[in-house]
Amino acid sequence: MKARVHIFYKDSVFDPQGNTVQHSLQQLGFQQASSVRIGKVIDVEVQSATHDEAKKLAEKMCETLLVNPVMESFQVEILD
Amino acid sequence: MKSAPKAAVITFPGSNCDSDCVYGLEIMGFEVTALWHKDKPSLAEYDLVVLPGGFSYGDYLRCGAIAALAPIQEQVHKHAEQGKLVLGICNGFQILCEMGLLPGGLVRNQKMKFLSTDVCLKVENEDSPWTSASQRGDVWKLPIAHGDGRFVCEEKELATIKDKGQVLLRYCDAKGNVSKEFNLNGATDAIAGIKNVRGNVFGLMPHPERATDLRSGDGRFIWKSILSTLGEKAV
Amino acid sequence: MSPRKSLPDNTPGTWELADSIGITRKEYDHVIAAMKRTPSFAELGVFSAMFSEHCSYKSSKKYLRRFPTKGKRVLQGPGENAGILSIGQGWGVAFKMESHNHPSFIEPYQGASTGVGGILRDVFTMGARPVASMNALCFGEPSAPRMKSIVQGVVKGVGDYGNCVGVPTVAGQTFFHPCYNGNVLVNAFTAGIIHEDHIYKGFASGIGNAVVYVGAKTGRDGVHGATMASKEFNTEEAPDRPTVQVGDPFTEKLLLEASLEAMRLGLVIGIQDMGAAGLTSSSFEMAGRAGTGLEIDLDKIPAREKEMTAYELLLSESQERMLLVTSEDRLKALHAVFDKWDLHAEVIGTVVEGDRVKMWKSGEVVVDLPVTLVVDPLEDPRPAASPDWLKPLWDFSAEKVAAQTFDKKLSILIDDIHFAEPLPLTLQYDSTVGNRTEGGTFDDGAVIRLRDLGPSAPRLAFSVDCNPRVCYLDPLEGGRRAVAESALNVAVRGAEPIGITDCLNFGSPQNPHVMWQFQQCIEGISLACEALEIPVVSGNVSFYNDTDKKPIYPTPMVGLVGVMPAETYLPLSTFDKAGDVLVLVGPLEGELGGSRLLSGVLGEDRGRPSQTDMALVAKTIRFCQEVCATQKGFALHDISDGGLACSALEMSFFRGEGLLGCEVEIPAAANADRFLFGETLGRVLVSASADTAKALQSVATKYGLSVQTIGRVTADAKFDVTQNGKSVLSTSLSASYSQWKKKWEPLFT
Repeated sequence: MKARVHIFYKDSVFDPQGNTVQHSLQQLGFQQASSVRIGKVIDVEVQSATHDEAKKLAEKMCETLLVNPVMESFQVEILD
Repeated sequence: MKSAPKAAVITFPGSNCDSDCVYGLEIMGFEVTALWHKDKPSLAEYDLVVLPGGFSYGDYLRCGAIAALAPIQEQVHKHAEQGKLVLGICNGFQILCEMGLLPGGLVRNQKMKFLSTDVCLKVENEDSPWTSASQRGDVWKLPIAHGDGRFVCEEKELATIKDKGQVLLRYCDAKGNVSKEFNLNGATDAIAGIKNVRGNVFGLMPHPERATDLRSGDGRFIWKSILSTLGEKAV
Repeated sequence: MSPRKSLPDNTPGTWELADSIGITRKEYDHVIAAMKRTPSFAELGVFSAMFSEHCSYKSSKKYLRRFPTKGKRVLQGPGENAGILSIGQGWGVAFKMESHNHPSFIEPYQGASTGVGGILRDVFTMGARPVASMNALCFGEPSAPRMKSIVQGVVKGVGDYGNCVGVPTVAGQTFFHPCYNGNVLVNAFTAGIIHEDHIYKGFASGIGNAVVYVGAKTGRDGVHGATMASKEFNTEEAPDRPTVQVGDPFTEKLLLEASLEAMRLGLVIGIQDMGAAGLTSSSFEMAGRAGTGLEIDLDKIPAREKEMTAYELLLSESQERMLLVTSEDRLKALHAVFDKWDLHAEVIGTVVEGDRVKMWKSGEVVVDLPVTLVVDPLEDPRPAASPDWLKPLWDFSAEKVAAQTFDKKLSILIDDIHFAEPLPLTLQYDSTVGNRTEGGTFDDGAVIRLRDLGPSAPRLAFSVDCNPRVCYLDPLEGGRRAVAESALNVAVRGAEPIGITDCLNFGSPQNPHVMWQFQQCIEGISLACEALEIPVVSGNVSFYNDTDKKPIYPTPMVGLVGVMPAETYLPLSTFDKAGDVLVLVGPLEGELGGSRLLSGVLGEDRGRPSQTDMALVAKTIRFCQEVCATQKGFALHDISDGGLACSALEMSFFRGEGLLGCEVEIPAAANADRFLFGETLGRVLVSASADTAKALQSVATKYGLSVQTIGRVTADAKFDVTQNGKSVLSTSLSASYSQWKKKWEPLFT
């Protein structure tokens, strides 16, 4: 199964990419776009018997390498 | 000092300032050994361990993230725990933050472009093995060359860093005035270089090795500070 | 995906199939006659790539033979991956320039990025450590469709790749002109240092030796990239997206270190990078040079994608791969080196007797070809014919220029897009990594010291130049001037020019006028090289730079290398102190034909450019070398685009805040327009204290050069020009400085 990790900068970290894109969207007429944050998605194929196991494994990967908790926050979802 | 002080410069896959550091340290009188990231030698014989600049692992995932977990880092952690000197330059600074040996982290420059230019740096604290050859308020001129040099940390952490005098260098103008205009990458509080609480670990984005025998020569302040610190400690 | 790409390898290579992949009828018949059978589809792929203009130089070889390629410093001339010149003390400089034009128009970031990757490999494959890069970029008008994003993509691509690999980008040229609206040019140069006893070549030598593939895995990227570069753009066809390769500078850095380490340990016999036409070109060329045959098992190739056919494996232009040859007994040690750097190293074949290359896939022979048939393609020297529209362009109304006020003329030059601080661009290039770069970059020639070779090692200087406007108006002069100007650019840093590489960017070779321009530019370059006694040691040709049959201006880009002793004084290129004297060395006046001012006044490119006096240039170069060897404390700046006026302003502006200005007195005998704005080469502006200026003047006189004091540097930031006591121009510099600084900012935001 596939573990999908969504990673974003913490709110306290200024995201210039997101900021720029937000301005562009507004200039294109999307006044309703009030905030843009750009993150990344990492898909990891894991050999696990259960969703729970896969989730725990993915979270461990995040803690070890995939995410820097000083600057980033994350969410893991398991896809079949 | 009885013998030359010893420095180790660690090469990771993608490091590209390693030979620059080896050369800079050698001309300043260090005996330098180049180490490979997969090695796990004891670092006990070294007075100084240097993590050089470059693009370790292509800056993939996050700058320095993968290098922070290299086999040799176990020994680097040990070296730091013992209170011995560890210096991280540019990518090396990024690696030290990822290792948790320094607070905060380094992210993409605010204008999203790579910056290669000379900058002025204000010495904020001369009480460290890295700046003792200077005085508070001195201005150094060193080159920067980075795409991800913006120092960030949370408010609480920042207060602690400032409180404990951990900020050693800030971006400034030629006269030493810190301002938004001269903080090109948008670093929090214009921070260009910080040490850990104990003071034995230092990370900075600018490249002192590129201004040792070329350009302003101001890189020598760091090397001289280190040498005099070691001199004090040597028998 | 085009149907032909998934054809089985053993599909008979009919004429229709051959035609669909760019092989000409003549070439097809030639192949059939030589092989006495129909080639397989995979074999057709080999011919299609190797016979393409980009790989075979079939249209250009005949003309390229004109280049002077010999000299006492030549360690390696054209024909290998890079040229090498001796710099003394047992060391050499290996260098070359390559184009990546068509891919950069289609996908600017990756096109430019992979262009840099390719040229880096060409240099380190010889065993040289890359130490400096330059690039020459030609863009259309910023307002042209897509152009701004192309500019940003190209600059970012060049920067990101070079920065990551850790080779400083120290010099370059950026040119904007509507003729490039549909065809941008990205020419990348790299130089490396090499020991003359450890030069590696692309030879598959030694029967029984192993053929080893190293580096990144092979995917479907760029299949048919070489043929794409050999086709013009047609605005009706959508840009070809799938043919652009993606670069990985991290892998390149690993490959560079692993390759140099393997060579240092004596584990390599022959080596070549896989560039245009990938495995095909490297294997056949290496066999061709060594006079051997090869047997290759394509199943052994590390593939990134599933079910790749032989055709795809052979033509893939996946980046960051090399082919090398070594003996069986060195394989273990070789593997250890590549393992250390986490790179693939697979034995894919053997060097055999004979003169054929045989390749298997899934146990079947898919390619069985004589090497010479592949590497010695039919030449197709196209006819050249001088255009009749050129000479009329030489006429222009001098009155139109004289009628403008001097203020207007100066402001035309200040408004010109090229009169700009290059900082928004150069900020993105790491110019100091390696700790070798000395002094400023992107202004006149760049200088590096070779710290690796000890304190008394010579220093190197680099410059890249070409004035496409001059090349259009007078191709012979354009070629000559490209060499002369780059030579002067390194001379004003104290260096002796020692050799050149080139990127010849032209329109379609099927256009006889283009071929005439090509031949003339080559002649001009050759004349200049002969006059300076320097060889052409490497180079690249890029044809088919046209859109809807309209070619770009002829753009023979010259990359030049100079050398100077460790102790030479490195002059400033800007004003130093108020009160310094301004001296003009060389002719009092320049021609306006083909000048920036003339184009600005007339709104079109006209006039016959001045004919560069190479004897004068040679003397000027020697003057510069001597003053740098014997004097100190002065600034030199050569006068070229925009004439003396722009050069003087540049000497103020590049110095920066706390602007110094200057007062200039035009000698009574000179025509003011030609003095201030003429662009004849061989004029150098000197700024120095009165005593030093005197010393420099006597050296100039010794070389038979005219020399005049023409003014002084002032603390006042103004440009004050008088003649016969009357004011010609008097303008404050702060507004134009601001304009100069900000000029390129909008391009990069």
